[in-house]
Parts: sequence; structure tokens; C-alpha cells
Amino acid sequence: MSFNRRSFMKGSAAAAALLAAERSGLLDVAKAWAAMNPFKPEAGAELRLLRWKRFIQSEEDAFNAAVAAFTEATGVAVTVENEFMDDIQPKASVAANVGSGPDLVWGLYSTPHLFPNKLLDLTDVADHLGGEYGGWVDSAKAYGVNGGKWIGLPMCFNGNYINYRQSAIEKAGFKTFPDDNAGFLELCKALKGTGMPAGMALGHASGDGNAWVHWALWSHGGAMVDENDKVIIDSPESLAACEYVKELYDTFIPGTASWNDGNNNKAFLSGEVGLTNNGISIYTKAVVDGMEMAADIDHAVWPTGPVGKPTEFHIAYPIMAFNYTKFPNACKAFMAFMMSSPTYDKWLDGAVGYLTHSLNAFDNAPVWTDDPKRTIFREAAKRTLTAGYQGSVGEKAAAALAEFIVLDMFASVATGQSSPADAVKQAARKAERIYSR
Amino acid sequence: MAVTDTKAAAQSKGPQPGQSGDAMYLSLGARLANNKGWLGFWFMLPATAFLVAFLTYPLGLGIWLSLTDASIGRSGVFIGIENFVWLMDDDVFWLSVFNTMLYTVVASVFKFAIGLYLALLLNKHIPFKAFIRAIVLLPWIVPTVLSAIAFWWIYDAQFSVISWALSGMGLIDENINFLGDPWNARWATIFANIWRGVPFVAITLLAGLQTVSPSLYEAATIDGANRWQLFRYVTYPMLTPIIAVVMTFSVLFTFTDFQLIYALTRGGPVNATHLMATLSFQRAILGGNLGEGAAISTAMIPFLLSAILFSWFGLQRRKWQQGEGDD
Repeated sequence: MSFNRRSFMKGSAAAAALLAAERSGLLDVAKAWAAMNPFKPEAGAELRLLRWKRFIQSEEDAFNAAVAAFTEATGVAVTVENEFMDDIQPKASVAANVGSGPDLVWGLYSTPHLFPNKLLDLTDVADHLGGEYGGWVDSAKAYGVNGGKWIGLPMCFNGNYINYRQSAIEKAGFKTFPDDNAGFLELCKALKGTGMPAGMALGHASGDGNAWVHWALWSHGGAMVDENDKVIIDSPESLAACEYVKELYDTFIPGTASWNDGNNNKAFLSGEVGLTNNGISIYTKAVVDGMEMAADIDHAVWPTGPVGKPTEFHIAYPIMAFNYTKFPNACKAFMAFMMSSPTYDKWLDGAVGYLTHSLNAFDNAPVWTDDPKRTIFREAAKRTLTAGYQGSVGEKAAAALAEFIVLDMFASVATGQSSPADAVKQAARKAERIYSR
Repeated sequence: MAVTDTKAAAQSKGPQPGQSGDAMYLSLGARLANNKGWLGFWFMLPATAFLVAFLTYPLGLGIWLSLTDASIGRSGVFIGIENFVWLMDDDVFWLSVFNTMLYTVVASVFKFAIGLYLALLLNKHIPFKAFIRAIVLLPWIVPTVLSAIAFWWIYDAQFSVISWALSGMGLIDENINFLGDPWNARWATIFANIWRGVPFVAITLLAGLQTVSPSLYEAATIDGANRWQLFRYVTYPMLTPIIAVVMTFSVLFTFTDFQLIYALTRGGPVNATHLMATLSFQRAILGGNLGEGAAISTAMIPFLLSAILFSWFGLQRRKWQQGEGDD
């Protein structure tokens, strides 16, 4: 057996995670859970799990502590590999295509729907967890079920809301955050005038970029497809949304057309912008680092547009297991354990609002009331619309998201590359290609 | 029957020098073992298998996929040239072709000019020559993704060191929108590619320069050649074969670049920096449409083949290599 720096680091990390599990009482919880576990892992089972790289350190620590407790209680070794979230889907796709790779992948949005026939049927685990914890939220069912069976378990969602500085909006003449699109545009115009403008990503930012442009489209009554997956994006509503985004973009800090998912965090924390859209990670970073601005940061739900109802788009994080795994029961046991109480409560606690539960029973988790600035994120899974909106959530919706069709439509108008009419037609053509396959 | 024929054939040739009469009756296996052609076949077999497994098969599979509607996890069915027909009418595809050509041509020309200039400088006797040569190689040694991240910071819309410095000097009022404006983004990515690619050209040309015999320069100097004539009539002709090889590689590397764009812009803003390679990846892997992605990759082959053929025919012109005119 070789011993080197890498094995030392891995060993140290595992030992630290186990120690954390022991201190938090998770080890005893895991042992008690293992005795009752309905999904008995195969003898000698070992699992490889690929997950998105954490944005909140305490979330990863809590996750690893739970993994360590699971291993200790069941004897199933779990190797956790981390990748930047945009790289999860390509890696999962390759694994699905070649039939080899990680046993479990914890990915984004509708990734499981890209290769549903390559995945383990998780209906029994979903039914077990749903029965135990008050049922799944609707969006979780939409992302998890394909052809009548569960192909992925949306373990949680990431609420993507407006992050703003209270002092900035007050300086702009607003006491409270506006709740409609017109008021939001007025606020952004006023913020520009104060020298603390708004800024939202219009580069190929899969999380923050897709979140706000879909809100913009849907809030005007536009949509990529109808209930039958017929492309309907070439509509007066989409044109109105383009005009609105153009006006909004003109109020932004320069450069947002190049922003990816990290730029807005940096710009907000350095005081360059007074408003952006993001998860709770900006606020958490400010709190953890003891920044003065933490007290000034608050969050708001997305304004309601002409369509008259909330049209939010939050990130779903489904976990899936490939059917090539030699240890299907161990995979199921792992999922069941991670989403069982109190393991899941502790994990939510570690995520400090970055992750929102997908099982109704966790509405009462302490994380949502410990800090009032987190409470808004409790509703993310219930308020979100799904990829595809009125249409199917499957591989076509995933492809449309991956190709940034809506985002590029707005970006081309905002940056003056295309007229709204041309941009909408171009988007319709791309969407037709995907939805006619 | 075959053995009899073989024996007859062997007998008809008669004993070879150094062979006894018995040698004519060696078994087929023993004779094959002594046959240079047969032995050569076996020596070539591993290399052939390697090339078939890692070059021919993936290439063939890619071309086949481009003729199907395959998606991730589904093999798909043959649809002829439908993917190519669709691409012919796809503005984003043509934009990526334009971007790729611009990226390759501009970056290659600058890499050659700067690389040659650096090579000529480094070929002189200067203090700390070895150290400076090592420094020049640095951009090539640093992993592309790392240098791309460095450029990502340099080009940041809010925190760019260039904007900061120019602003500090009072030369600009607001930050330069390096990656948010389509043309700025194109030039910015091309610059990053040049920065990274120059050492490869410079060091390879330097190696070529060092093979030029000093006696040629001495002879030319005695004949009264000035510095320009030394370069034009001695250095350049002697360097031509190396230039052909290094520029072929440089063009191929630039044309197929992926990492730099993926790390810096992901093809944005509004697809303004999508190269054919990045668009192929986006459609095939992220979008799940393997057939269309493969068609974009296959569409790169004629361009790459042209670059290779240009070099191949260039290298065949022996006289041209030696600095003489062609027949």
C-alpha cells in the first residue's frame, strides 16, 4: 500500500469528517438508522459519488460528516469527487454513454432526463422518503419522474433571489423592495443614478444567468413551448420581455454581458453593485468574513410581471444512480440516509439557507427561522417553475438550457446585436431544432 | 500442396550464397521468421493497432455520428447529411466558422512574427541566455486553464488590472469592457492565445536557427551581405522547413483551441467567441445532441486537412527547402 501526500490528505479529510459526525451525534443517528434501513447494501459495497463543488464551506463539511457517518454505520465506503457545477453534466453524460464511471451523480436541473434509460429506478426510495417526510414538493416530482418512475431524487433546490443593499435602495428612494416589474425597473434606474447600480449576469452563466432571464421571459407571459412542447417563443410577450430586458440592461453596471456565475458575487461584495440575483452565498460570505455590509444585505422574491403570478426559476439539484452500478442497494441506502431526519436537518443547517428542502416535512427545519434573512429561501422549491415551464422537463428542456437559447436571445438584444424581432425569431429557430428531434 | 509449391519455388531460385542445400527445405514458419517483409509487418502491427484504435476509429465514429441523430445515451439512426444541411442555415454555426478563421489567422500570423523575432534575439550571445530562454517558455509550460483564469482576472469587467492602471493614469474614465463586447472579446481571446502560443514558435525556431552553420554567415559576410541580406538569403531559407512544420502545428493547435475559450467566455457574449470546437462541445455534450456536435467537428476536417496538405506539399519541395527556386 502506497502512502503519499494525496492519500494523507484524503485520510485526514475522512478522519475530520468522521470526528465531526461523532461530535454532532450523527454517528449514533446513522447506526440507529442502519438497523432499520429498508435498503440493505450489498456486501463489500463501495460507491463513487460525483457532486458539484460546494459554494458554502459549512455545507460541504456537513455533507462530508453525513457521508462519514453513513460509511461508519453501513460499512459502505463512499468516495466523494467534486467538480465545478458546469462540468457535472458533461461528465455524467460521458459516464452514461460509456457505461462506466461514478455510481452516483449529484447534478443540476433535468440532467437525469438526458439519459433516463441509463439510470436506476428510484421509485421505491422516493416513495419511502415521500411517505416518511410529508411528500415531495411538486417541482421535485417534475424533475424526478420520467415515464412514471423516479429516475432522480431532487435532494434540494438552490433559491436564486434578489440580493440587495438596504442602504442602496433607500438612497434610490425606495423604502421597501418593489413587488412588480415596473417598480423593479424604476428601482434599477434610480440605483444607476446613485452610483451603486444593479448588475445581473448575461454571459453564459448557467445558474444566475438562466435564473433571471427565465424570470424575465415568463413574467411577461412568454414561454419557449406550450403544454405539448410546441415552440411558441416567437410571440408578442417575448418581444415585450426583450424590450424590458433591454431597458433593465441599460441600468446595469457595464460588463454584465461577460459575467459568469462568479462575477456578481465579487462585484456585490466589493461594493460595486447594490443589487444582483444570487443564492444566499453572498450574504453568507459577508457573515462568515465579518463584513460590515452583512447587516445591510437583504433578499427579495422576484417581482411579479404582467402575467400576474410568481415566475421564479431556482436551481434543482437531483441525485441519480447509474444502472451500471454493481451496488444499487447501497446507492439507494445512501440517498435514503442523506434525506432522513435528523441527518438532513443538520445538512440544511450547514448549508445556512443555500439549499432548500424538497420534502415538505423540513419546512420546520430550524435553519429557516434562526436568521430572518434566510426565511425567504424556505419557499424556493415550492415557488420555482421547472425547466421547460409549461412543457416537459426532459432532455429537450435540458438541451435548450444548455444552449442558452433564452439567455442569448436577451443578451443579443441588450447588447444591440439584434432587434427584439430578430432575436426572438433566432431563438424560435434554435428551439424548433431541439424540440423537433 | 502449398508446401510442395513453396519447395518448388525455393528450388527454382537455387541455393543462395551462404546457404547450404538443406536451408532450402526450412519450414514455412522458419522461413517467414527470416523474411524481412513478414517481420516488418509484425513490427508495424502495434503502431497500426494503436493508430486504428486511437485515430481511425474515433475519426470514423465521429464522421458516422455526424450522419445520425444520436444523442447522449441513445445511438440514433442514420439521417444522411441532415445535420450538415441544418448547419448550412445556422447563423451561430457560420459565426463560429468566422470566429475560428479570424482567431486562427490573426493569432498564427502574430505568433509567427513575434516568435521569429524572439528566436532571432535569443540566438544572439546575450547575458543569462539560458535563464531568459527558460522564462520565454513559461507561458507554454503553464497549464492552459491556469493561464486562462489569469486572463479572466486581467479582463474582468470590474477588477481588470489593465483598466485599473489606465484609469489610475487618467487615460480612461470607465473600465474597458474586455469580454462583454463582441469585438473586444474576440481580440481579447486572440491576444491570450498569442501570449500562450508564442513560446512554442520561438523555441522551435530557435532550435532551427542553431542548426544553421556559422560558415554560411561567414561566407555571406565576406561576400558583403548586410544584416537584412544575411537573414533573407541565409537564415530564412535554412529555416523554411522548420517554419513549415512549426506553423502547421501552430495553425492546428489554434484552430482546434478549446480550453482558453471555455475558461474565459464559454463562447459568449452572444456566441461572439464561439469557435467550432467549443460550439461542437456545447451542442454535443452540454446540449446532448451528439449528431449535430459531431457534424460541427467533422466540418473542421477540411480546414485541418488543408493546413496539413499545405505543409506536406511545402515539405516535398526539396529545392525550395534549400533556398533555391522551384523547377
